[in-house]
Amino acid sequence: MLELKSICAGYGSFQALFDVSLEVRHGEAVGVIGPNGAGKTTLMRVASGLIRPTSGSIVMDDVDLVATAPHRIVELGVAHVPESRRLFPRMTVEDNLKMGGFVPAARPKFRRQLEVVYGLFPRLRERRRQLAGSMSGGEQQMCAIGRALMSEPKLLLLDEPSAGLAPVLVEQVFDLVKRIRAGGLTVLIVEQNVQQVLRAVDRAYLLKAGRIHAAGSAAELLASDSIREAYLGV
Amino acid sequence: MTASAKRISESERGGHDLGIFDVFLLEALINGILLGGVLALLSLGLNLIFGVIDVVWICYAELIMLGMYGMYFLYTIYHAPIWVAAVICILGVGVLGVMLHVLVIAPLLGAAPINQLLATGGVLFFLQSAATVLFGIEFKNLGLRLPVLKVWGMFVSYSRLLAFAAALIGIVLVYLLLTRTYTGTAIRAIAQDRQIMPLMGVDSRRIYLITSGLGGALAGLAACLLVLQYDVHPFVGLSFGPITFLICVLGSLGNFVGGFAAAFVFAEIISVGGLYLDLEWGYVFAFAFFIVMMFVRPEGLMVRRS
Repeated sequence: MLELKSICAGYGSFQALFDVSLEVRHGEAVGVIGPNGAGKTTLMRVASGLIRPTSGSIVMDDVDLVATAPHRIVELGVAHVPESRRLFPRMTVEDNLKMGGFVPAARPKFRRQLEVVYGLFPRLRERRRQLAGSMSGGEQQMCAIGRALMSEPKLLLLDEPSAGLAPVLVEQVFDLVKRIRAGGLTVLIVEQNVQQVLRAVDRAYLLKAGRIHAAGSAAELLASDSIREAYLGV
Repeated sequence: MTASAKRISESERGGHDLGIFDVFLLEALINGILLGGVLALLSLGLNLIFGVIDVVWICYAELIMLGMYGMYFLYTIYHAPIWVAAVICILGVGVLGVMLHVLVIAPLLGAAPINQLLATGGVLFFLQSAATVLFGIEFKNLGLRLPVLKVWGMFVSYSRLLAFAAALIGIVLVYLLLTRTYTGTAIRAIAQDRQIMPLMGVDSRRIYLITSGLGGALAGLAACLLVLQYDVHPFVGLSFGPITFLICVLGSLGNFVGGFAAAFVFAEIISVGGLYLDLEWGYVFAFAFFIVMMFVRPEGLMVRRS
């Protein structure tokens, strides 16, 4: 479904990704784990078009994403829940969700899709008239994921969905990932929370200092030494 | 005969109860509200541009000046019906707003704010000079005399009432656009988080163009209303420009509600202050109030706590 080949990317003269290749197949949940500063967020931004790679190719269902205008990538079925949620804080929950369904194809389905999101997150229905910035971290994360779902994506990119949440909410987030997958959505998730994310995904990549260090099924990675090495440097 | 006699006696009684002084005060308060509506419209256009594009159109009032000339030529010289002239003027200044964005603002979006200020400031002098060359420095007006309404001993001009009503309609239309449509929601969203707009499928450049056109159209509407009350000349922008900026800053730049409130505060100071002394003193009070407020609340009346 999504294929990144030999991606190099960065910010100005700073290079964050070196020759990264990664594949997400239809219906899969794939994790990208790695320590702070490994380039995980950059990888997500490259995939959704927020930043352009300096070299390499990105293909989504036979469409070249590097040649696609960033705001058109959503229309191809890629929705990105950015790091630290990035809601519109002075807009209501429902207006935030409306922005998620901005693309022309999503507009006629707004009401229906809104019910889908409220079904997943009943709390958002209660808070639909509340300003997004006034909600708790967990509620904001629900709203951010709900916003991404409004465009009815095929592929959901989740960047550190558990960051800054209390342990009980972290559980809920991973639980949610499983429920979203059950609905047929393909998921690419970036996380620091290694143990939990590996239990929620099929395969994972270990990213360190901008390079892929290991890849394999979740079980393989859990059993291998590469994770311990990457995090502890031993 | 009896009825008219009764009316006169009523009006006399009314005048007696209120006291002649209070009638003047009430008249000033009402005129302040009417002026406030127009100032609110002016500040809305500027706030919209600043909130969305993060650029201050220093030459905003000069767009209004061009719109006033447009009204003058269409109505007085070419004898177009006033409504037709108004529509052409609103659309025309809207197009000027888009051109300003494409030709001056867009190439400078990544530049330092001071460069953007200087560029739009340059457009201000360019438009003033061009208007002087093209139209001369004579004061011109529509030659249209609207009646003055007399109620309870107060005088309120129709042109002010009309301007107030049209300004309010314009403001309500913008409000509905911003709250009810996808484009409007995107305009509000882009002011809060520019970088993630592509993730929503929003083409920021398109929103900038729409906003610039809207800002220009509001300047065009303001021109139609102001030309009913004021003569037009190449430097007429100086009468509206500075006060519009002060209102926007006082209401916290980019904050629509703040700008709206500040417009009425300013208008009342001008109108009531002008009642006790000369009209010019009203402006002196308003600007003095602004300077004091900048010491007390430098971030403006309606700053957002984040």
